[in-house]
Amino acid sequence: MIAQRLLAGIDRSGIVFLLVLAAALTLVPALNLLTPDASPVHVPTYVVQLLGKYVCYAILALSLDLVWGYCGILSLGHGAFFALGGYAMGMYLMRQIGARGVYANPDLPDFMVFLNWKQLPWFWHGFQWAGFALPMVLIVPGLLALGFGWLAFRSRVTGVYLSIITQAMTYALLLAFFRNDMGFGGNNGLTDFKDIAGFSVEGQGTRVVLYALSVLVLAGCYVLGRYLVGSAFGKVLVSIRDAESRTRFLGYRVEHYKLAVFVLSACMAGIAGALYVPQVGIINPSEFSPANSIEAVVWVAVGGRGTLIGAALGAVAVNLLKTLLTSGPMAPFWLFVLGAIAIAVTLALPNGLLGLAQSRIGGKPEAVKRKAPLTTRIAE
Amino acid sequence: MAPPTAVVSNPAVTEAQLYLDGVSVAFDGFQAIKNLSLTIAPREMRAIIGPNGAGKTTMMDIVTGKTRPDKGDVLFDGGRHDLTRLDEAAIAELGIGRKFQRPTVFESHSVADNVLLALEGPRGPFAAMFGARNRIAAGRIDEVLARVNLLDLRAKRAGDLSHGQKQWLEIAMLLSQNPKLLLVDEPVAGMTDAETEATASLLKEIATTRSVVVVEHDMSFVRALGVKVTCLHEGHVLAEGPIDEVAANDKVIEVYLGR
Repeated sequence: MIAQRLLAGIDRSGIVFLLVLAAALTLVPALNLLTPDASPVHVPTYVVQLLGKYVCYAILALSLDLVWGYCGILSLGHGAFFALGGYAMGMYLMRQIGARGVYANPDLPDFMVFLNWKQLPWFWHGFQWAGFALPMVLIVPGLLALGFGWLAFRSRVTGVYLSIITQAMTYALLLAFFRNDMGFGGNNGLTDFKDIAGFSVEGQGTRVVLYALSVLVLAGCYVLGRYLVGSAFGKVLVSIRDAESRTRFLGYRVEHYKLAVFVLSACMAGIAGALYVPQVGIINPSEFSPANSIEAVVWVAVGGRGTLIGAALGAVAVNLLKTLLTSGPMAPFWLFVLGAIAIAVTLALPNGLLGLAQSRIGGKPEAVKRKAPLTTRIAE
Repeated sequence: MAPPTAVVSNPAVTEAQLYLDGVSVAFDGFQAIKNLSLTIAPREMRAIIGPNGAGKTTMMDIVTGKTRPDKGDVLFDGGRHDLTRLDEAAIAELGIGRKFQRPTVFESHSVADNVLLALEGPRGPFAAMFGARNRIAAGRIDEVLARVNLLDLRAKRAGDLSHGQKQWLEIAMLLSQNPKLLLVDEPVAGMTDAETEATASLLKEIATTRSVVVVEHDMSFVRALGVKVTCLHEGHVLAEGPIDEVAANDKVIEVYLGR
């Protein structure tokens, strides 16, 4: 019944997208686990891990697209929600190390012993249990989004001003998490994880399971997002994006809608961060850096805003390119390339890669159909 | 809901749909509205004229909750609601609909979806996610669209409508809210003569069941409406009465023709 309602709104591109995810979910693990290392179709474990990382970025991009593409809230601080979800998972993983750390302290993570701390800070309690840490992955980013959004949307902060304070939010967290006194490992962050739910984080099987989970979560976020944007809720979001005061005078409490979608989006970003951390093996304050959040905006713009699929596509495409370029002689120029991509998409592809693909196939892009270039829309 | 106000014994208040008394508002020292008093009866249609800067739009901003007056009473529905204490959404819910000067519809939605969002009913995020707003019958939407002759265009993107059609769609959206009072800002700006005529008769028909306040520059349109006219100037009422009387008023002529 519920599943039927959720799936009812999925269009043709949505079906193609879900089929691609289904293929990614089955083929990659099969080719990794079932083929011998020497086989030409073998997918090495490091590639599985890399793909898992891209999928986490895709979830982050999708969450950003919900608020930016549909509701016009250009968040330049979504990396903060991703990082907080990541830290919640990181704390759980730290507590799983137990006495196997360098200092062999059964209660305190290594960095606390190093700082001469005698006992676990109160906010670390409970994180040894997955049943506590996993809800925190949603609750911590969700609460931050709730508090921040409540203040910002109630005061009717919009446009560039809102973007600037989201940026300030993530920057403030970056500075805070750098401090050793904060109790999150300072500059080094949380790392040297040993196992997750009893399995080694380095293990091939664990890697494959984490990858598969990430793909499933991406599919789930897409289906939920697709249902929401197709519902009256999504229509109100678009109305707010296009004519906020009209929406208000129709009797809608715009701030409630913005808050609802912002919190939901922050929770999705938090899950993405939590899946990311065990796959890359570290979480440190650099995840809060404003540049990360801006990069996520570029992924969404490249893929195509207001499409959900485009955001996911853009995240994978840009990061694939990043991996290829930063491992070769082009490495020093990556940021120039990223900047050039952002400019090119702004000027030539207002509907992003997905818009391009759909217009090639002959279908109409479902994305934003307004003609104004991206820059003016950001300035609005 | 706002508590009943103290002045409800005054018949000027209790018999009015909209009651403004001694309203003033200033922006950075500029007195946009100066001691404005105005009463609109239930099912009355009133035309408001006045030169640029007379305070017409600011008056609508005050009634719809966008601007808070510095002083004065703004009461609705026989004095039952003090509009100066409510925000836009609450005022819209009480039954005040507003049409903007520039037609403002949701351009990337279909014509039918524009009406779907405007129709009476719960307006919270959860009702819109999983609840009542998703179960609105197509018949209700079509009924409204038929009244403004847009039924054939129900699937069209609102942004692709002509200027006049957008104006009508916006009026249709206001009607869907089932308001007690409609504030209409320059409804015929940019319309053809035929469209203007159709709009006049539509507004007259609407005014048989609810109050309508029309702000308009087009004098022939105001004449066609044939209702009481209020002329605003520098934020207060300069003259009030039938159009011929107001148009013959020396002060009105001076304001319009310059001194």
